[in-house]
Amino acid sequence: MRSPRTSVMVALIVAVAAGATMVTAQEPQIGRPSVGFGTPITEQAIAPWNIDVRTSDGKGLPPGRGTATEGKTVYDAKCLACHGDKAAGGSVYGAMVGGIGSFTTKTRVLTPGSMYPYAPILFDYTRRAMPMDKPLTLTNDEVYALAAYILALNGLIPETAVMDAESLPKVKMPNRDGFIPDTRPDVKATRCMTDCPPIGVIK
Amino acid sequence: MSDGPVTSKSRSERPRASGRRAFLRGGVTLAGTALAAGAAGIRLAAAQSSPVAQPLEIPEWTKTPGRPIPPEMYGMPSKYESRVMRRRTDVFVNRQNLSDWSMSPLHSQHGIVTPNGLFFERHHAGTPSIDPGKHRLVIHGMVKQPLVFTMDNLMRYPAVSRFHFLECSGNGLTDWTKAASTTVQQSHGLLSCAQWTGIPVSWLLDEAGVQSGAKWVLFEGADGSSHTRSIPIDKVMNDCLIAYGMNGEALREENGYPLRLLIPGWEGNVSVKWLHRIKIVDQPAHFRSETARYTDPMPEGKWRQFSFEMECKSVITSPSGGMKLPGPGVYEIRGFAWSGNGSIAAVDVTADGGRNWQPAVVEHPIMDRCLTQFRYRWRWDGRPAKIASRAVDSTGYVQPTAEEISRVRAIVGFVQHHNVIFPWSVSANGEVKNAIA
Repeated sequence: MRSPRTSVMVALIVAVAAGATMVTAQEPQIGRPSVGFGTPITEQAIAPWNIDVRTSDGKGLPPGRGTATEGKTVYDAKCLACHGDKAAGGSVYGAMVGGIGSFTTKTRVLTPGSMYPYAPILFDYTRRAMPMDKPLTLTNDEVYALAAYILALNGLIPETAVMDAESLPKVKMPNRDGFIPDTRPDVKATRCMTDCPPIGVIK
Repeated sequence: MSDGPVTSKSRSERPRASGRRAFLRGGVTLAGTALAAGAAGIRLAAAQSSPVAQPLEIPEWTKTPGRPIPPEMYGMPSKYESRVMRRRTDVFVNRQNLSDWSMSPLHSQHGIVTPNGLFFERHHAGTPSIDPGKHRLVIHGMVKQPLVFTMDNLMRYPAVSRFHFLECSGNGLTDWTKAASTTVQQSHGLLSCAQWTGIPVSWLLDEAGVQSGAKWVLFEGADGSSHTRSIPIDKVMNDCLIAYGMNGEALREENGYPLRLLIPGWEGNVSVKWLHRIKIVDQPAHFRSETARYTDPMPEGKWRQFSFEMECKSVITSPSGGMKLPGPGVYEIRGFAWSGNGSIAAVDVTADGGRNWQPAVVEHPIMDRCLTQFRYRWRWDGRPAKIASRAVDSTGYVQPTAEEISRVRAIVGFVQHHNVIFPWSVSANGEVKNAIA
C-alpha cells in the first residue's frame, strides 16, 4: 500500500510529466482543469477597456491632437483646483513643473518633467486616472492638450507644438536614461552573534 | 514543545508558574487598559504583580445568561477590543483621502493571520464597490484566443488556497534617518498576512494560449485609478494567483473585491486589486506606476526600476514603541519575520543594541513568503536597553541595518524597500521608543 507521501510524490511526478506548472513543493498538485470556462471575445469588443500605452514608443496612442494653449484651458477648468496655477502645486498636490537636474542634489524634486522617462506616460496616466473625481472622462484631444501643456511648462516643447500619436513619443525626456535594473541583493550583511558592531544609524 | 526549533537557552528559561501568571496578567492588561485615542497610547502592563494573588470572586457575567444568538449576524470583536483598529496614515499625512493608506495594528495581532477587518489598505483612487454579477475579467494581447470571464465562470475552476504576506513597498519610509513613528503600527503597519483562495493565473493564460515571444503581462484594476503594472511572465506563470477569497470569506472591498491579483513575495502594489484586465505583451509598458512611482533612488541621480521583491525582514511587535514595561523581570519578546524570497530560516534577538545576539524561537508553521512568528524570553534587569530582531531567510540573506543599506542606495526623499533591523530603546523607567536614528 502506498503511503500518503508516496501518493503525493506520484501525483507530482504525473503532474510535472503532463507539463503542469509546479505550484509549490509543499502542497500536492491541485488538479489542473482539463476544461476551461472562459468565453471567447474579440479584440474589437475589448477596445473600450484597452487603454494602455506602451510608453517607450507610444504604441497604443489613439488618434487626436492638442497644443499647450488648448491644454491650459482644460487644465484651468479641470486640474487647477488640486494642482495649482500653472501646475506649480496646489491645495492637494505638489508641483508638476521643475526639478530637472535635481536628482544629483540632496533634494530630488519629482515632476513629470524631471521624472518621466517617456512623454507618453503623461497621456497614459492622465487618461486612465485624471481628473481624480472623474477619471476616464477626458477626450483624447483634451489629454493630448494637457500633455502638451505640462511638457511646455517644463520647457520640453514649444508652446505651439502639436502633440499627437506621432509627436508625443519623440519628445526627449531628461530622465530617459535615469533607470537601472534591480540587482538586489545589494547588501551582504553577516550573521554576527557576539562582540558585533552596534546597530548603525544613517548619518 | 513541538512548536519550533526551541533552543536550549529558551528551554532553560521557561518561566516558573508565578512568572507565567505575571506574564499573562500583563497581556490581559495590555488589552484592557490601552488608550483608545491616538496610536501612541499603548501600555504593556499597569503594575507589577504582588507575591500572592487576592482571593477570587465569582464575576457578574458568570451569574447571568449571556446574549442570545440573533437569527443572523456577522460577528464582531468584543467591545473591549475596540482600540484594535486600522489607522489611516498619520506620520505622513496626505492632503486627500483617495490615494491613501491605512496601517495594521501589528502589536495586537495574535498569530500569523491578519483579520480581514485589520488588513492594511493602499488605494490610488479610493475603494470601489463592485457588483460581482457585472464584474468581468478579460485576457487578451499576445494570446491565441482572447477570453472573458464572469465571476461565476471563475468559481468553476478548482480552488487553490495559500498563505502569503503582503507588504507595501513604502512600509517604513518615514523612518530611515529619523524616528518619525511612535508605534510599530506606524512604522511597519503596511504589512499583513492572509490565506488567499483563487486560481493560478497560469491556468487562465494557458487556456487563452500564450503566443511565443510573450515576455510581460499587464494587469489592470477596475478602480478609479485603473491602477496597472507590468509583470514578467515567468513570475506570473510560476506562482501568481487570481484571488477571490481571503481568510475564509470573499475579499473585502478594500482588498480588491471581487477579484484581485496576488503576487507572492512582491511589493503590494503589483498585486492589482479589482482586477479586470490582463494583457500579454512582449515588453513592459513603463507606466507611471513603474517609473515615476515605485522606483528606488540610487546614487548618481539614478532610479532602480522593477524592484519587485520584498527582501527578508523582521520586527519586534512586543515590547514595541509606545508600550511601557512595569518593571524589571521576564518578558516575552515577540514579533514577525518574513521574506519575499523564501521562508524564514532563523531570527536572532539583541537586547544590547546589536553587540550580542541570541537565536529566537521560530514558531511553526514556517511557510514560503508568509509571516512567521518568533519569540524570545528576555529577563530585563531594569537598565536602559536596546532590543531588535534580525531575520535570515532560506536563501541565506541576512536582514541588514539602515546604515548598511545607505552605503549602496541613496536615502533621499521617499525611499521604498525599508527592510532594516529596527531597534526599540527601553529606558530605565520602562518606556519603549523608536530607536532607528
